[in-house]
Amino acid sequence: MSDTFVVANKKFKSRLIVGTGKYKNMKECAKAVKLSGADIVTVAVRRVNIVDKKKPLLMDYIDPKKITYLPNTAGCFNSKDALRTLRLAREIGGWKLVKLEVLGDKQNLFPEMIETLNSTEILAKEGFKVMVYCNDDPLMAKRLENSGASAIMPLAAPIGSGLGILNKINIKIIRAQTKLPLIIDAGLGQASDATIAMELGCDGVLVNTAIAGAKKPFDMALAFKNAVIAGRQSYLSGRIKKNFLGAPSSPTKGII
Amino acid sequence: MKKIKKIKINLNGKTKLINENSKIQTLITDLKIPLKKVAIELNHEILDKKKLNKIKLRNNDKIEIVHFIGGG
Repeated sequence: MSDTFVVANKKFKSRLIVGTGKYKNMKECAKAVKLSGADIVTVAVRRVNIVDKKKPLLMDYIDPKKITYLPNTAGCFNSKDALRTLRLAREIGGWKLVKLEVLGDKQNLFPEMIETLNSTEILAKEGFKVMVYCNDDPLMAKRLENSGASAIMPLAAPIGSGLGILNKINIKIIRAQTKLPLIIDAGLGQASDATIAMELGCDGVLVNTAIAGAKKPFDMALAFKNAVIAGRQSYLSGRIKKNFLGAPSSPTKGII
Repeated sequence: MKKIKKIKINLNGKTKLINENSKIQTLITDLKIPLKKVAIELNHEILDKKKLNKIKLRNNDKIEIVHFIGGG
């Protein structure tokens, strides 16, 4: 079955994108990424440690030639900082596929959508392929699409909350209205949440905390890999209609 | 022998004394920073990594050197 995941004209095998934060160390992170089967990983842009030069570098553990790095703007609370971060990310080595995330509140980490929208427009004009972290509002998703976003990435729930998808209806509405890649980003807690996202018709999911924070991150990475595959297959298979009454699975004829 | 004058720069948020007329390339080389894995900003302007040998540092210059780390 040919079912490729395409973002910004680039094909990927896996529909699972994983974050590389919150792991105990780089080795654990690299192993979890490998087990997850992800082709794309999100990374943050931060100051080089000038004092401790022996500190391990992410690129020494996860090869950007084999795995696509998706630089993010985590920690940015306005458009100016987000643009600065992604322009720097591009300079590191030509990264144009980026994840835009402009936060508006330090408590719930909800996206600041006006700043997000403005940043999307500027970045798209500068040639960036912008995957946009956003709230689960269909109207805002439409505006992002019109502003040149390469992928719409609504939250399932607040970042790191593990609550799962809170507003399935909105995700379905966004799915129905856009042909852009739709990726659930943030708030998933367990593998079944990823399956549900895929069954709603999402093109992919982005997970970090649910894997990195699990008691057994390697097993959870594998669980998410399988959950995304299962959810996608289930979605493509066409589920049965829901009934309020029972319908026997065995023939009613010939009962003794 | 003529004494080399020092200037003060801000490197990744920390004050550092360097020789006057130092070029950015010298600073990067001295710090043993792998150029391919970083981006450099001088006074909020991103620098072309190929031109580091042409840029002299001045007193109170602000330099940011960034790279990728784990993130969600």
